[in-house]
Amino acid sequence: MDKHEIRLSGSGGQGLILAGIILAEAAIIDGKNAVQTQSYGPEARGGASKAEVIISTEKIDFPKVRECDIFLSLTQKSYDQYSKGLKEGGIMIVDSIVNANNAKNKVYSAPIIDTAAHVIGKAMVTNIVALGALVAISNAVTREALEQAVLSRVPKGTEELNKKALEMGYIMGENAIK
Amino acid sequence: MKRKARLMQGNEACVEGAIAAGMRFFAGYPITPSTEIAELSSEKLPCVGGKFIQMEDEIASMAAIIGASLTGLKSMTATSGPGFSLKQENLGYAGITEVPCVVVNVQRGGPSTGLPTSPAQGEIMQARWGTHGDHPVIALTPSSVRETFDLTIRAFNLSEKYRIPVILLMDEVIGHMRERVELPDTSELEIIDRKRPAGNKEDYKAYKADEDLIPPMANFGEGYRYHVTGLVHDETGFPSNSSVVADKLVRRLADKIEMHKDDIIQWEEQNTEDADIVIVSIGGVSRAADTAMKMLRSKGLKVGTFRPITVWPFPEKRLEELAEKVNTFVVAEMNLGQMVLEVERIIKNKAKIERVNKVNGEAIYPEEIVTKIEEVL
Repeated sequence: MDKHEIRLSGSGGQGLILAGIILAEAAIIDGKNAVQTQSYGPEARGGASKAEVIISTEKIDFPKVRECDIFLSLTQKSYDQYSKGLKEGGIMIVDSIVNANNAKNKVYSAPIIDTAAHVIGKAMVTNIVALGALVAISNAVTREALEQAVLSRVPKGTEELNKKALEMGYIMGENAIK
Repeated sequence: MKRKARLMQGNEACVEGAIAAGMRFFAGYPITPSTEIAELSSEKLPCVGGKFIQMEDEIASMAAIIGASLTGLKSMTATSGPGFSLKQENLGYAGITEVPCVVVNVQRGGPSTGLPTSPAQGEIMQARWGTHGDHPVIALTPSSVRETFDLTIRAFNLSEKYRIPVILLMDEVIGHMRERVELPDTSELEIIDRKRPAGNKEDYKAYKADEDLIPPMANFGEGYRYHVTGLVHDETGFPSNSSVVADKLVRRLADKIEMHKDDIIQWEEQNTEDADIVIVSIGGVSRAADTAMKMLRSKGLKVGTFRPITVWPFPEKRLEELAEKVNTFVVAEMNLGQMVLEVERIIKNKAKIERVNKVNGEAIYPEEIVTKIEEVL
């Protein structure tokens, strides 16, 4: 059985729930089963936010992550709160602002937030840059499916911007595994 | 034709199901975790010639769907805990006036405003007895996105067929979860519409039941003259203080569901043929129960599952049969013990009953059910 349990965490407003939805849609495009759940507080911005995605070639009963394979964190708070569930040998991806020195897993650190805000110039695409990096590192879904899923979810007129964000994410991910 | 698989949220599947069933009116007051149902209804209803109204509160929303249904439109409202409390009085009104409608409650942590974004199953008993007086209830509990679509259609069908408000009792796990679904083509669906009167408009008696105990229903404003009241009423719909009329009405309302319960009651069971232990659960918890069963089966334990799809009326007869050969029932629910009371009432001392309860705003995980079962073995 081919199964990935993925947890995306950060702060409310960073678009991680949408990232989870896009990842699950990409998995369906790849012909797999996918379930996406989320946990967030009552606040619209801020607070720790988490989206979970399970991708499997088989039927998925329990929809929440129990043995996390791939963990992404974009804030220190969400790292501190959610990183413990990552299993041995699991992939840990954090933004460069996160101090992950206490991690038992190998850590892939990348300047996701800074690249979105200053290199691309739109903080709005942080989640898409993060998805690019995550897929380049983990191969959880194919790049073709991811691009298709991203383009079908983002607002009209932002396609090129999001393609660029994906590309920057891929490059960042490839550099991180070198 | 090959159906297209897509990622869909439980709340979204509810709206898709409602529109497929013929919903053409929605009145509501948005509340987490049911908000997407109102949001999507407002988007989709105008496209099919329907109406969406955001009312001033939940009481008015419930009143509005009763009014709309009386004029012939299939109507629905959706809410969560605090709003479900507010709907109770008019839910009773829809019951005694026999107005078909669907009330969705996506359960969140309570009591009061509780935990708005977290799952719970604290309204199993409120769904049964929340509105005052003796009354029958139909409440359906989906455990997947696809089943939410199917049961929303069924909720409309049962409500139209039996002229009763039907509760779709969801929980946050299923309402907010997104999963891969393939929806059926609309031509494959069975859609039931309310029974219409035949004969002279002048002779129409709005509450004169047929042999099946269900009165045919005319659209208000179409020339059939009748009266609608929450007071006890005779066949014309006008109030009555007669003890004979009162007894006949209250008993008929109960009997019209009792008489047809084999048509209404549904459940699902897995691996019960040889099971020593059966996990009983509904909604989001059933997903954990399925995983727990597989984990325990792989250790050689004979575990099965029993999932009421209609939590009301409860699948009493089947549970009674199972109790003849099953040693232990483990009732897992996101509350401090509600459905277990019904299980205890039915099983009595024929088998051991254990409980798994959780009220901290998190879903019940499979490991918690496994641990409980290993403890009590």
